[in-house]
Amino acid sequence: MSHLEKDAFGAKLGMWLFLFTEILLFGGVFLLYSVYLAKYPKEFGLGGKQLDLVYGATNTVVLLTSSLFAAMSVTAIKRGAKKATLSLLTGTIGCAFIFLFIKYLEWSAKIHHGIYPNSPKLIEGPPGESIFFGLYYLTTGLHGIHVIIGSVLMAWTAVMVQREVLHAGDNVTLENVTLYWHLVDLVWIFIFPLYYLIL
Amino acid sequence: MSQETATAEGGFWSDSGKTGIGSWIFSTDHKRIGLMYLYCVLSFFMVGVLLGVLIRLELIAPGPTIVTAQTYNALFTVHGVVMIFLFIIPGIPASFGNLVLPIQLGARDVAFPRVNLFSWWLYVIGAVIVLVSLFTGGGAPDTGWTFYVPFSARTTTNVSLAVFGVFILGFSSILTGINFVTTIHRMRAPGMTWTRIPLFTWSLYATAWVQILATPIIAITLLLVVTERILGLGLFDPSRGGDPIMFQHMFWIYSHPAVYIMILPGMGVISDIIPVFSRKPIFGYKMIAFSSLAIAAAGSAVWGHHMYTSGMSDLGVMVFSFLTFLVAIPSAIKVFNWVSTMYKGSISLEAPMLFALSFILLFSIGGLSGLILGAASTDIHVHDTHFVVGHFHYVMFGGTGFAFFAAAHYWLPKYFGRRYEEKPAIIGWVLMFIGFNVLYFTMQVLGMEGMPRRYYDYLPEFARLNFVATVGSWIMVAGILIVLWNLWRGLLKGEPFTGNPWGGATLEWSIPTPPPTENFEEDPVVTHGPYDFKGAGVP
Ligand code: HEM
Ligand SMILES: [Cu+2]
Repeated sequence: MSHLEKDAFGAKLGMWLFLFTEILLFGGVFLLYSVYLAKYPKEFGLGGKQLDLVYGATNTVVLLTSSLFAAMSVTAIKRGAKKATLSLLTGTIGCAFIFLFIKYLEWSAKIHHGIYPNSPKLIEGPPGESIFFGLYYLTTGLHGIHVIIGSVLMAWTAVMVQREVLHAGDNVTLENVTLYWHLVDLVWIFIFPLYYLIL
Repeated sequence: MSQETATAEGGFWSDSGKTGIGSWIFSTDHKRIGLMYLYCVLSFFMVGVLLGVLIRLELIAPGPTIVTAQTYNALFTVHGVVMIFLFIIPGIPASFGNLVLPIQLGARDVAFPRVNLFSWWLYVIGAVIVLVSLFTGGGAPDTGWTFYVPFSARTTTNVSLAVFGVFILGFSSILTGINFVTTIHRMRAPGMTWTRIPLFTWSLYATAWVQILATPIIAITLLLVVTERILGLGLFDPSRGGDPIMFQHMFWIYSHPAVYIMILPGMGVISDIIPVFSRKPIFGYKMIAFSSLAIAAAGSAVWGHHMYTSGMSDLGVMVFSFLTFLVAIPSAIKVFNWVSTMYKGSISLEAPMLFALSFILLFSIGGLSGLILGAASTDIHVHDTHFVVGHFHYVMFGGTGFAFFAAAHYWLPKYFGRRYEEKPAIIGWVLMFIGFNVLYFTMQVLGMEGMPRRYYDYLPEFARLNFVATVGSWIMVAGILIVLWNLWRGLLKGEPFTGNPWGGATLEWSIPTPPPTENFEEDPVVTHGPYDFKGAGVP
């Protein structure tokens, strides 16, 4: 295959492989979660009740909406609608900011109540509880970092669309960034029930 | 098939018209990136060798000899970290893989040349961070390269930074793996069917999958160590309800498969060299290709054999032991096939072949001692003794290390257009081979007799064999120095190396020496298999 023409299929294959590694990265945390859940079912249940369902549910909706915008931006660029693509990307990034802001409120509320890594309250409490919140901060923190990275990538593609480097004829970069965004969404879809809805 | 001749100044060294350091460190040409990896990897190898010699020097006699106990701990930690993460994991795939893989497939470059350059940068950045961690903070890490908790979560040495450096190195390894898988799937020349892919590239394919599937687990495990140290989550701390054994599981879920990242490419090198220097097609091509995949797959399920003594259930021990024995089968298939290839071949004992032959012997010794460690009953006797150290040096250094030198003698002349001298290469090889066995076989005996590993001091009855081992290390290092010096001098000033002197039938031997920037003037059409010497028109 000549290197002159761009291999969109190859680019997507590479992206899928990369996303697979991201799933495995989070898989490590979920592995720890499952082992410790088996060890401390009661404390995990109690811990889950202390998380704020409203914050969690709102964030789920926000993130799903952002994924929708992202998916629509791909259809838009394929139609050649530059303006629509740009506003949809802006919408995605906006949702990401809302998500992070809600996360900030949620974390500050928890920290305010003395629940944070290494806090006296957790050290004195039952061991399972400290594990639960340790994992909670770890997983949501790691996920939050991915939201930030995703937003930066989104902003960068928006600039590319604006400059018409990406357009109807060549949009695989946008598709790949969108795939990444869906992954961030997908991971959250697991975090939400595991931490907030656990009985 | 045209055989053009070019001088050492020709090819990709000059025909992009650019020179100077910028034309290298910002180049997306896979050959330049491969050479940059090679230089880095070799430099770190020398650093690691120096540290290894210092460890051995300390152990030459009982009691304190040249360093303090704390320095000794730092020495074996840094030796391990450098050798594993900076030398042996990127060693063959990133340097020779980058140099050779696209050409063997008939491609002009890898699928993502810019990502390729990026992963080289990540490698350099990660390496610099690891090196900085030695001289800053609380001093060089002293945990052993395995970073076991709880010690790694508590020690005041600079573990966080070192671990973060290794995290970045892992990212680089993942990107190389993704690049190779995509390249092999998408960039093969017309006619390059899956059963015509040279076995070196096949082995890199299996390796790349392990890189993709295993590395993320070490990434998260290392992040966990950092968070334990900085935030004190307590996830591995029993006093907080955590479980340190979970760390060992997660660590070995990566690090055992990582052993195959280390050895598979070496096996690939041997599979390419043996037929060429035996003038015979490889015996059992499909089985060798398939056994690479089988090793990669089966090898992912055996991590528990590092933890027999950490209090696993008896059933767990038996299952892991059984699975471990299964991995021996595809490895043995390869060894038998190499030997069968040589049977009745006309063997020419030049430097690449000598290194390849010693690979087979040393790897077999390493593999057989691996079976002793894989069987729980015997492992409990020799666990964490010098027997283990001897075992993994046989596999990693006797295996991959020797394959690395085989690859260097086999392929580098192709890229430099000049060759090394044969006689010093052989003298160096003899010294390496003898010194190696004196050093590591003695370690295995010491381990059998009960000398523990990672100990600063030992009982007087181990004194004699430790002395022998240390002398072995000097002989081996003398050999390494001769080999490297001979390569360096030869590749810069040696006789011109043109045409296809080894008589290889893979695609890299059909293009000019050194290869031009684009590798192929026209995209090749492949009409014969990689070891079909008649089909390639090799006399
Ligand atoms: C001149 C060459 C070398 C010498 C003299 C040497 C010697 C040693 C010694 C004495 C130890 C310490 C054993 C212990 O107390 O546990 C050691 C550990 C180790 N070596 Fe080497 N070695 C050499 C080359 C290599 C190479 C080429 C590799 C990698 C391919 C390697 C990988 C390791 C690893 C991973 C450890 C374990 C460190 C640990 O226990 O934390 N070594 N080596
Ligand atoms: Cu293992």
